[in-house]
Amino acid sequence: MSKIEVTPGMFSKAETKPSLKAPITMLASALMVLVFFGFLGKAGNITYVWSDKREVVQLPVYTVNSMFFCIVLGALLLAIGGISLVINLQKKRTPFWLIAIFGFIAMMALLGWLATGAIQGVQMIFILSNTLVLAIPLILGGMAGLMSERVGVVNIAIEGQLLTGAFVSAVVSTMTGNLYLGLVAAMIASGLVSMVLASLAIKYLVDQIIIGVLLNVLVIGVTNFLHSAWLDNDSAHLNFPGTFDKIAIPFLSDLPILGQVLFNNRITVYLMFLIVPVLWYILFRTKLGLRARAVGEHPLAADTVGINVGRTRFWWVTIGGMVAGLGGAALTIGNVGSFGREMSGGQGFIALAVVILGRWQPIYVTLSALLFGFTIILRVWANQVSPGIPVDFITMVPYLVTLVAVAGFAGKVRPPAASGQPYEKG
Amino acid sequence: MSKKELKLAELEPESKEVSVLKEIMSGDPVRIALSVLLGFFIGAIFMVVFNPDVVKSWSNFGADPNYALSTVWWTIQDGYGALFSGSIYNLNADNFINGIRPLTETLRFAGPLIMAGLAVSLTFRVGLFNIGATGQMMVGLAGATFVSTRLHMPQVIHMLVAVLAAILCSMVWGIIVGILKARTGAHEVIVTIMLNYVATDLFTYFLREPGLLLEANGGGTPKSDHPDGTAMMGALLGPSFKLNYGLIFAAIAVFVYWWLMERSTFGFRFRMVGHNASAARAAGIKVENTFVWALAISAAFAGLAAATQGLSMDGGLTTSIEAGIGFDAITVALLGGSRAGGVVMAGLLFGAFKAGSSSMQVAGVSPEVLGVVKALIVLFIAAPPIIRALYRLPKPEPKVFAAIQQAKAAKVIK
Amino acid sequence: MKLELRNITKRFGTLVANDDISLTLKPGEIHSLLGENGAGKSTLMNVLYGLLQPDEGEILIDEKPVKFYGPGDAMAAGIGMVHQHFMLIPVFTVAENVVLGHEPTGKIGNLDLNAARKLVKEISDRFGFDIDPDAKVQDLPVGAQQRVEIIKSLARNAKALVLDEPTAVLTPQETDELMDIMRGLAKSGTSIIFITHKLREVQQVADRITVIRQGKVVASPSPKASASELASLMVGREVDLDVKRKPVKIGAETLVVKELTVLDDRQHQMVDGVTFSVHDGEVLAIAGVQGNGQTELAEAILGLRKIHSGSIEVAGQDVTKSSVREVLEAGLGYIPEDRKKDGLVGEFSIAENLMLDGSFGAPFAKGVQVDFAKRDEIAEKLIQEFDIRTPSAQTLAKQLSGGNQQKVVVARELGRELKVLVASQPTRGVDVGSIEFIHEQIISARDAGKALLIISTELDEVLALADRIAVMYRGRIVGIVDSKTTREKLGKMMAGIAA
Repeated sequence: MSKIEVTPGMFSKAETKPSLKAPITMLASALMVLVFFGFLGKAGNITYVWSDKREVVQLPVYTVNSMFFCIVLGALLLAIGGISLVINLQKKRTPFWLIAIFGFIAMMALLGWLATGAIQGVQMIFILSNTLVLAIPLILGGMAGLMSERVGVVNIAIEGQLLTGAFVSAVVSTMTGNLYLGLVAAMIASGLVSMVLASLAIKYLVDQIIIGVLLNVLVIGVTNFLHSAWLDNDSAHLNFPGTFDKIAIPFLSDLPILGQVLFNNRITVYLMFLIVPVLWYILFRTKLGLRARAVGEHPLAADTVGINVGRTRFWWVTIGGMVAGLGGAALTIGNVGSFGREMSGGQGFIALAVVILGRWQPIYVTLSALLFGFTIILRVWANQVSPGIPVDFITMVPYLVTLVAVAGFAGKVRPPAASGQPYEKG
Repeated sequence: MSKKELKLAELEPESKEVSVLKEIMSGDPVRIALSVLLGFFIGAIFMVVFNPDVVKSWSNFGADPNYALSTVWWTIQDGYGALFSGSIYNLNADNFINGIRPLTETLRFAGPLIMAGLAVSLTFRVGLFNIGATGQMMVGLAGATFVSTRLHMPQVIHMLVAVLAAILCSMVWGIIVGILKARTGAHEVIVTIMLNYVATDLFTYFLREPGLLLEANGGGTPKSDHPDGTAMMGALLGPSFKLNYGLIFAAIAVFVYWWLMERSTFGFRFRMVGHNASAARAAGIKVENTFVWALAISAAFAGLAAATQGLSMDGGLTTSIEAGIGFDAITVALLGGSRAGGVVMAGLLFGAFKAGSSSMQVAGVSPEVLGVVKALIVLFIAAPPIIRALYRLPKPEPKVFAAIQQAKAAKVIK
Repeated sequence: MKLELRNITKRFGTLVANDDISLTLKPGEIHSLLGENGAGKSTLMNVLYGLLQPDEGEILIDEKPVKFYGPGDAMAAGIGMVHQHFMLIPVFTVAENVVLGHEPTGKIGNLDLNAARKLVKEISDRFGFDIDPDAKVQDLPVGAQQRVEIIKSLARNAKALVLDEPTAVLTPQETDELMDIMRGLAKSGTSIIFITHKLREVQQVADRITVIRQGKVVASPSPKASASELASLMVGREVDLDVKRKPVKIGAETLVVKELTVLDDRQHQMVDGVTFSVHDGEVLAIAGVQGNGQTELAEAILGLRKIHSGSIEVAGQDVTKSSVREVLEAGLGYIPEDRKKDGLVGEFSIAENLMLDGSFGAPFAKGVQVDFAKRDEIAEKLIQEFDIRTPSAQTLAKQLSGGNQQKVVVARELGRELKVLVASQPTRGVDVGSIEFIHEQIISARDAGKALLIISTELDEVLALADRIAVMYRGRIVGIVDSKTTREKLGKMMAGIAA
């Protein structure tokens, strides 16, 4: 007999205060850019290179004085932080696009500061296109996490689903000689992993987090075994799939900057371009999505209007797993080719963080995943242009950002209300 | 609901013997045994199916069925036989010392697993799904590495100081999780995952910096000096065995854990919070503070595991010294039911798996199969419906089940 | 549509929640179902809505028997239900909530929100609801949320609407608006079952009244019946409760609450400037309908809830800012209203449960170690003293019956030295034998000179135990009266009508 909840409204209400966390965080980072990259920054010039040598349209190379430019950028950031403060004082939340602009400018300052004096300059094409490719598994894994959390199931098994997809796509592609078959097989296999999670969590009400962790352990165990006992014996016939060819989309790929980054990619990237907006559309513009979100927010209410909570959860989790399988395939046949031991390397866990950072919205999740992809390539690139820089701290940034986000310092992050809660028909 | 009630009514009139049998069958020891058995069985299938000799012999099954069947048998025997002789007793050894060495190796590997398993267990029992043992060990390793390579002290004292440093560093890391959980309500799963990465990066950074932990004349690879001999955990049973003093620490840890959880008032409050935080709060317990304490003490166990790992290996330290123990600790805790005795048994089993790996390798069976066995056993134990469905075991405690139903009915009428 | 419930009986174990209840609902009428908390109204409606299956009896629509296996069936038959706790998704808009489950779609399966908006607008305009289809439900006041629930039912062509305690959460002004809405609906041919325990509202709108008490239909009075007539039908005749009690020997003021205000998470004032005191040797009962701030009051006294303003004193010690542990150590005992949630640890043994709040020192602990021998000794003693029926002190609390579980809680709180006992719903969900026993224990604690604060929604319990009665309504105390006050008067006070 639980305590009867009192529906609010019958009692008078006291005043509330808005939180100042977002503007304070922004102003603090702006000051850091201004002081450390600007006034205390490095002497020398920054070269921003906006075009690849192969491109049709060559953009001019910009060279600016490092300290001066970083001071300008820092001042700009301060201004944005100030706007955020004003918005906040009017008791509204800082809009996401403002944070995005802030992030972009801060990124330019960071890149510039790192590459001050380096001959190769800030190679925007290299950085951006690698960011995208490295983010694909995170984005698709994030979509998987988002799809299951939106219906109220926490999917910790994304890691296992990515790994399953990576393994199966490599093996099936090699054995059949058809990369597309590998892609489909990866989706089916990861979908099956998801089905185990879904049925244990939904039908048998086993703790979702425990099942997720153990599925990861199981998939790691199985792929490790198969890798050493099977693939290694004859990798030429089992684990040598090659990769999808890059497809340059006519005209679009000739666009400056974006052309090379966005429209000269493998099919896995294009599939991501397709899946994210489609998922967004389904989730927010169709009846399927409305029902799914209802199940994740208030399963009892969904039940009283005749929606089958268990079935909805099962299929969303399962199809989410298939999307993660695609993300796994992106690791192998969409990027490096053959399968390597534990090659997902914790990206499934990062995908979990990406879901939270992206506030359970496909578009924002994608942007958060890109942030992680960016730090991965930044680490590599920073080591080249600015040797001796503590790259480990760069790698740490997205984890710290996630910590800040879950701790609620950057505004309240609200998961679907019923996320992680089993629903038992009374 | 009426259907379920009907089923319950059918259960009741059965004879007493049947219900007693049911209770035993659905009880824990039997289920654990069946889970272990099934895990090994499925592992055997994996070994057989992916063994080239077996595959070859079965392609000629019509010609020589006996041979085909015997290859199956021999594969399993080779695999699990090697596991036995690599982890318990080597029957082919020329003397007792060599024969018993595998068992001491199992103990050596089990030590850190048990200590880290206790760390995770403790938080499980406070109701926290803490998967941060990895990060806590990394930070603990950083502390132990600093003391053992940068400071110089007399024998034993040096080792104890290094152990203490590891424990304290780990505790700081645990307390961060506790405070984030207590103050902001952030979910500990996400927090610990993130802190695991941060800790690993932090330790790598320390190992990379010449002024901090990087070995003398070190290059680009993040690696420390070899710890001072004075800081090393010496051999426990003489030079013939690699088993070290870490085992003593493990034994102390197990006792402390048992006392803490089962005997002390701290443990009483920990368990109270874990089972029913709301009732604990009404009984005057500060649940948030309890989370912080639990994570701090839990991290101390992880720190002890880190110290044992860091101070017993040859060569300089790298992040790989952690050896996935922090993650294995979750499975050890789940398998051991978060109890001192259970964690010891689970740690020994997983330790045996680690010890037996090399002899399986020698026998030509991929030891990675043990990863599958391990995962399956814990999965079966953590998800009772699977094993019950597979063996058609009865559902446990129909009385409790009925009580739940009643409670639910009461909820409907309010 | 004519709806008829014929001879419905629903049992839960030995409890008969509905006993041979018959009820008819004619087209366009407002039929009020009147009864106290726990009289069986909600069970009956859950049977009607397909959430529960009746053990006996049948439901007829236009003279034809029908069977509902779930809410879907009931909805399809034209029955709509507005639950006491709204079945709305807070983050969805009104239009989304209304169409959920039967969404209008466009050519490519896309959600046709324009059609949904039009639907909401149309119904909203027809009945003068004034609801913006694009507003998020969480931003709407409660009264408007309720109208969204009504629109939800009407959008599914509900011919019969069940409103379960619809005014429990409304302000007086919103209540008046709802009354108008109900009349408008009835005029347009929708029939309404109006579940309530508020007499004034029944008198205002009902065309017909059925009174239910203890699962049975006790009367069908005319809507013109007086309030006191309805009240006595609802609560039953004055029962002579045989409680042996000595005259009050009032001692010092041991629990003093002054101008106490407590907020909930959403900043609502759940307790609003409450002042009272409890003397040694008396029982002060707080009566009132569930959800009028009693829970928050009890939690604030224990220190579980932050106090916004005001003060609390236990035995002369100011505990306004004290932690729960400090309050307990000041000599306060606490029996929570929900023993499973706040009073017991189901996975713990009885012995462990008896030391739940005693782990910080003697007698249960020796230093930092639990004194197992002493613990078991005390447990055996309390099990005897409080008549806890259990195989042993090591039995898990979850395996006991509700009554015995409650006795464990009572034994723990009364078994130690204390000055004040705060007991919320001390006998909720407990069998008759245990109720008697617990009542005796409370009275004997009073006779021993302790100060007792009993919070109960059961009028019988209040009258059986109290020396003085304070009635709470919407976070405020309507009045403090003596124990000889009539039920009718108390009933009116519980509805907010000051004495």
